[in-house]
Amino acid sequence: MKKLSARRRHPLAALVVLLFALAATGGLYAAFAPAGEAKADQASSQSLAIEEGKRLYATGCSSCHGTGGQGSSDGPSLVGVGSAAVDFQVGTGRMPAQQPGAQVPKKKKIYSQDEINQLSAYVASLGSGPVTPSKSQYDPSGADVANGGQLFRTNCAQCHNFTGEGGALTHGKYAPGLTDVDPKHVYEAMQTGPQNMPSFPDKVLPEQDKRDIAAYLKTVNSSDTEKPGGYKLGGLGPVIEGLFAWIFGLGALIVVAIWVAARTAKAKKS
Amino acid sequence: MSETGSHENVSDEKLPSAQENGHGAVATANDPFADPGLPPHEPRIQDIDEQAAKRSERVVAMLFTVSMLATLGFIASFVTVPVDKYVHIWPIGNIGALNFALGMTLGVALFCIGAGAVHWARTLMSDHEMVDERHPVAAEQETRAKVMEDFQEGAKESALGRRPLIRKTMFGALALLPLSGVVLLRDLGPLPEDKLEHTLWAKGKLLVNENTHEPLRPEDISVGSLTFAMPEGLEEDDEEFQKEIAKAALMLVRLEPEDIKDKRELDWSHEGIVAYSKICTHVGCPVSLYEQQTHHVLCPCHQSTFDLSDGARVIFGPAGHALPQLKISVNNDGFLEAQGDFEEPVGPAYWERRA
Repeated sequence: MKKLSARRRHPLAALVVLLFALAATGGLYAAFAPAGEAKADQASSQSLAIEEGKRLYATGCSSCHGTGGQGSSDGPSLVGVGSAAVDFQVGTGRMPAQQPGAQVPKKKKIYSQDEINQLSAYVASLGSGPVTPSKSQYDPSGADVANGGQLFRTNCAQCHNFTGEGGALTHGKYAPGLTDVDPKHVYEAMQTGPQNMPSFPDKVLPEQDKRDIAAYLKTVNSSDTEKPGGYKLGGLGPVIEGLFAWIFGLGALIVVAIWVAARTAKAKKS
Repeated sequence: MSETGSHENVSDEKLPSAQENGHGAVATANDPFADPGLPPHEPRIQDIDEQAAKRSERVVAMLFTVSMLATLGFIASFVTVPVDKYVHIWPIGNIGALNFALGMTLGVALFCIGAGAVHWARTLMSDHEMVDERHPVAAEQETRAKVMEDFQEGAKESALGRRPLIRKTMFGALALLPLSGVVLLRDLGPLPEDKLEHTLWAKGKLLVNENTHEPLRPEDISVGSLTFAMPEGLEEDDEEFQKEIAKAALMLVRLEPEDIKDKRELDWSHEGIVAYSKICTHVGCPVSLYEQQTHHVLCPCHQSTFDLSDGARVIFGPAGHALPQLKISVNNDGFLEAQGDFEEPVGPAYWERRA
């Protein structure tokens, strides 16, 4: 150390220090460069998705929603609707729409999930809006089903019926039945308010509440719902059940009574 | 009997040779209203064929036996099937195994008793037609005279006609007695007074989100969303909660201010946020089927439709008047607050309603 210190005024000392500094910079660069490279990769894959989505959009969507998503007389503007809206509309097959009408119905989806993600990326790039939820946001397992039921009855049941069987609205519009709807789509519908459904943003209905509602629907209205009481007659409510009992139940009893009395037991039929 | 029909089902030799014709005159062309009497009695196959009767007996006994077995099955399934076991049965789906087993066995047990009884009565019990003449409604002359006589005697012995003081006070007592029942009707409840005209909303009360129980800020409510609010201070475990929320229930939506057609609605809104009573003005159902593109609110009970962009006026259905609007603004802390109570009673009309 004393030796080194004694030579600090040597003419070559500056050169040595410079070499050390260069080596340190190079080493640090080598240590950090890969991370930077990956970041650049991700950004470019994101822009690739947007590019790809733009191409899909131009062929599949632009005729109604306009070449830049600005909307036209046939379809609303998509600026600011967010990726969640695209994921819902295209993921449930509602978009692309088959024909104009009171309401666009759910049908078989025609884009793959990868293509939907690309379309979502493109539409999200037009203006910020609700983001497609991650699985941890909508996964109903372990959520509070009872709380979900209460929230459903307060916020959703007026249109979708108490167990999500759906119901009619005005002029041919309707609230669709929610049997076996993917919890992700339930979440996205609450977030974005598709068609005439009002939205329920996180400020009004927090993320956890949305999960509870998805869990409630999964419990009461899916194809593996456990029904202690047996056949639920469409789950449309007590009026329908009463009508069914009066018309078909009582009707069947009357028919049987008439049959018993009308069929003669005589040996000689007249 | 040989005039009517042929013997298709039973061979002649099995039929009793001498069947009596029905009694009474036969309607003739001269007298179309003559009593046609009973048609001749027709035997059943069980009456003439002992084999057939035996078969019927066995069928009835089998139905009753099935019923017994089903009842035993009911008891057995009650004991053995656990209450939380579910089975998949097409086309019903996943249903509770216990309820299904109990219902099926009890149904079979009851049905078989009924079917057995019907089959027994139709094939084996006596089926001879019997005539039961109607009796005159009036009592016999003798009985009527006796009753009148007894009545007269009773009236004379009680001296009701001779002592008018007793007669009059008795009628008075009997006439007054029902009043005690009428007075009790007052206890059906306190009079409503002006409770129907007021809700919990008052100046400065914050609008609390029904989902989160947090006070609402204007920025929480976006265009196209639907939010339900209740007045600050009302808790779900309050004794009076149902009574109060039934009047105070509020729905909040945000419109673009230029979409609001009604001048007063715009004045009473805050940045396009309008607050309306959730209680239908027809018969008080909760209206909240909100269509965010048309701004129409529909009532699920009788399809009354209100236009929230035009003072919630009625555009369809039986409702008599627009939904009451709550005047709102923002307080110094940035929370939405009511500017007072509803100006008119919420819900359906009633006799004493002023507005």
